[in-house]
Amino acid sequence: MNRSLAVTMFLALLLALGLAPAARAANEADYKTAYSAAEAAAKEAASLRHQWTVTVSTLAAAKKAADGGDFDRAVAAAREAEALAKASIFQAISEKEAWKAMEIR
Amino acid sequence: MKAARTSILLGSLSAALVALALTSPRVVAADKVDPVADAKAFQNFFFQKFPTVKHEDFVNGPYSMNEDMKRQWQEKEEFPPYEFALDAGKEMFVTPFKNGKTYADCFPNGGIGIRQNYPYFDEKEGKVVTLELALNRCREANGEAPYSYVKDEMASLTAYMAFTSRGKPMDIKIPDDPRALAAFENGKRYFYTRRGQMNFSCASCHVQSPGERIRAEILAPALGILNAMPIYRSEWSGMGTTSRRFVTCNSQTRAVPLEPQADEYRDVEYFLSYVANGLPISGPGARP
Ligand code: HEC
Repeated sequence: MNRSLAVTMFLALLLALGLAPAARAANEADYKTAYSAAEAAAKEAASLRHQWTVTVSTLAAAKKAADGGDFDRAVAAAREAEALAKASIFQAISEKEAWKAMEIR
Repeated sequence: MKAARTSILLGSLSAALVALALTSPRVVAADKVDPVADAKAFQNFFFQKFPTVKHEDFVNGPYSMNEDMKRQWQEKEEFPPYEFALDAGKEMFVTPFKNGKTYADCFPNGGIGIRQNYPYFDEKEGKVVTLELALNRCREANGEAPYSYVKDEMASLTAYMAFTSRGKPMDIKIPDDPRALAAFENGKRYFYTRRGQMNFSCASCHVQSPGERIRAEILAPALGILNAMPIYRSEWSGMGTTSRRFVTCNSQTRAVPLEPQADEYRDVEYFLSYVANGLPISGPGARP
């Protein structure tokens, strides 16, 4: 795959996952919704033993921003953490078969 | 060097995207587990990829891949940095527990010259037992607290035991037990499974890129990669156990590491050791 196609796909993926900037300022309820969705996805990734370190640190960043009252940032980080967790779940599931393609035979 | 790293990163990013874009995963028929054929294919792959590397040299990790590094290392071996750990390990090994027994009472042949037989499949437990695990079980059976799997005491003990086995060919057995075959297969799966945000498997680095640089380090080939464990690393300014190395390698791909001696780590150790059968134990090792 060429590089610009990869980048375009990556941006499309981010948009699809709802990382586009929000139109209005986020409040605590928005944060709680976004955070619990992210936390659920992260739990699933951990149970598949495919957690990414960046998911954990982005979740922590969301919490920290919320604790400081910056809900715009907290919501953005929570959504990013959810997207990361979902990508890791996808990885876990696709690797159940895909690992065989790498095997030395 | 920087360019190489960037291309590795870009490669992994696009690999991740390919994985994410994949809608119909490749279907592979379930094959039967054949460790003998797997080991043969594994060794042949490396022998053919590096035709000038002597077979017994693969156990020297990055040094087998780079002549300059090898020369520096051979000079270093005159005053090996693991010497301190070796002395400490020997001392620990012979010092009796509070109940008067020693490690020697827990192992075949008093624990001397047996490193090449670890890990082994324990048919009673139905699982793989690594040397680190066996050492802690020995401690606990004798009323002592277990050691951390990633710290100096465990590294020193295993360093001493490896030293008493230097030059002996790795000799891992897979008993005729479906659970042993399943453990081998699970270790293989773990080795080839992509994980972490970088979407790397162990094989991405240690099969596809041995000899290449990643940051300041030269990647060791997967063949014989455990024969030199434990290893001294300047970066760690100390010794590292096999457990510590696995945790570090997982973190490098931005994957949350498993707990030391998790089943997957035990199984991947079983797989990697079995495919290195016949290659000499070279531990403890030293790395720049
Ligand atoms: C991002 C690349 C990368 C991945 C993926 C990776 N490693 Fe490593 N590994 C390294 C680096 C760098 C070193 C240190 C240099 C060297 O010795 O290869 C290393 C060293 C090691 C060593 C010590 C070898 C020696 O002789 O010093 C072992 C054992 C090892 N890795 C096992 C694994 C296992 C098992 C996995 C999969 C769970 C894995 N690695 C995944 C980069 C990686």
